[in-house]
Amino acid sequence: MDKNTLSAENRRKNILSAVLGIICIIYVLPVVAVVINSFKVNTYVKTNTFDIPTGEMWAGFANFIKGMTFGNYPFWKSAMYSTLITILSTALILLFTSMAAWYIARVNSKFCKAVYYLCVFSMVVPFQMVMFTLSKTADKLHLNTPWTIPIVYLGFGAGLAIFMFVGFVKSIPIEIEEAAAIDGCGPLRTYFSVVFPMLRPTMISVGILEIMWVWNDYLLPVLVLDINEYRTIPIHIQYLKGSYGTVDLGATMALILMSIIPVIIFYLACQKYIIKGVAAGAVKG
Amino acid sequence: MDGKKKAGFFKNPLRRWSWLFMGPVCAAFAIGFVWPFIQGIYLSFCKFKLIRDAKFIGFGNYVSAFADETFKHAFWYTALFAIVSLVLINVLAFTIAYLLTQGLKRSNLYRTVFFMPNLIGGIVLGYIWSMIFDGILSHFNTSILLESKYGFWGLIILVCWQQIGYMMIIYIAGLQAVSEDMLEAAKIDGATKMQTLFKVTIPNVMPSITICTFLGLTNGFKLFDQNLALTAGQPFIIQPDGSNIKTTEMLALNIYNTFYNSSSGSQGTAQAKAVIFFILVAGLGLLQLAYTRKREVQQ
Repeated sequence: MDKNTLSAENRRKNILSAVLGIICIIYVLPVVAVVINSFKVNTYVKTNTFDIPTGEMWAGFANFIKGMTFGNYPFWKSAMYSTLITILSTALILLFTSMAAWYIARVNSKFCKAVYYLCVFSMVVPFQMVMFTLSKTADKLHLNTPWTIPIVYLGFGAGLAIFMFVGFVKSIPIEIEEAAAIDGCGPLRTYFSVVFPMLRPTMISVGILEIMWVWNDYLLPVLVLDINEYRTIPIHIQYLKGSYGTVDLGATMALILMSIIPVIIFYLACQKYIIKGVAAGAVKG
Repeated sequence: MDGKKKAGFFKNPLRRWSWLFMGPVCAAFAIGFVWPFIQGIYLSFCKFKLIRDAKFIGFGNYVSAFADETFKHAFWYTALFAIVSLVLINVLAFTIAYLLTQGLKRSNLYRTVFFMPNLIGGIVLGYIWSMIFDGILSHFNTSILLESKYGFWGLIILVCWQQIGYMMIIYIAGLQAVSEDMLEAAKIDGATKMQTLFKVTIPNVMPSITICTFLGLTNGFKLFDQNLALTAGQPFIIQPDGSNIKTTEMLALNIYNTFYNSSSGSQGTAQAKAVIFFILVAGLGLLQLAYTRKREVQQ
């Protein structure tokens, strides 16, 4: 290639890059809108949505202070329950489904195959199919508190996790585990000191997918939990509307901003794993 | 023979621990999926308000589900929505993925930005966009809750914003797997950029296209949170018989409303609707499986 076409190619690439840059700026505008409106006096949010809050529009941190107790339920409590449920559920799912997946892949009896295919089947069942009966069952078994709802998440979320773990275990050579067994490790020790560390990459992928699912989930907790007592962040945001008749948009935006800041920090910190995990979860099959 | 013996030597001690390895997952899976699923199928043939006073009535619930105008409306609305969003999301995601694999400057930064909305939950997304749409529409003295076409396109814009980044990631993985040699060969043979794209690149990323197509379709059908938070079915049209058609209500929301926000005695109908919905979504999933399997054989 001669110099002219090369620089023409470079120029074309620079223009493309600039165009994409502009699209990216447009892409983050909704988040920018949340930020500017969370500092705006409520009455101006609807009329001057896209103006920078200055002068009498500027509300300072009033929306944030108001938002903390807005909607008859303290926001910090919702945030705490969301965090608790997400951490507990993800930990439960990672521990128990990986153990079951190892057993399924290695023992491979008829029962194991049945459980495995049931799990695969559960992945195509939409939540609406089981939501009524599931919430009644959970109620009856007292799984309706933030400390016990992770069991429901383990049950409904087992499918994808088992599927991903079994696929991965099948790719690890069994000889390593056999060597451990010959050296006198029982199944428990073989699992925790030999298999568990090898599962790390899949643990991260499954963990990311479960965290994203549980943290953002609205329907399951709203049906299972007693919402006067316990709320998660999505429930909190949804119920702001019902509680005062007209919504205080400024305070709502302040709460939304507070709820997406941790998500964005989490994303920027583990971006590599998140993108990998999402790609792994999508290419199931 | 030797291999079998060895496997037994390893397997048998493991079997003694089955209660620990399989027990928790099986118990939770039974509570969280198997039992509710079976009970759900059974209840779709029953008239009930509470589960314990369920009475078997055969296919009555299915008949009333299919006769329900709001359900039919929700079905066609959802189907239209799923197809429009599927096409838009995939075309845009593929275009962006294609551009981002051309070795442009700052590609990684752009990828980060495009994927970001995917992490925000559906409810929160709904309120962010309802503020934005109403901020624009209030200048024209209207609102997203007043016109069903605003609700439709508003939801389309919302899911595009949310899901383009996700599909883009899958397409980028597919595009990066296309071999350089093939692209080089096409170039040497004098193919233009467009010819290379349509004759070499696209046929080679067909598996990604299949995955994204079905994902887009099932995501469209299952959409709930965003629909609830953005319009919750508004605006409503009152029918001559006094019932309401919620013009922007999708299938999942219709089922939810039939369960929880409807006159008493409609729970059976709601459960029947849920079974129909399940068959629809699972059918799409199985179709995908069959389709990808077939492609794998061909390759």
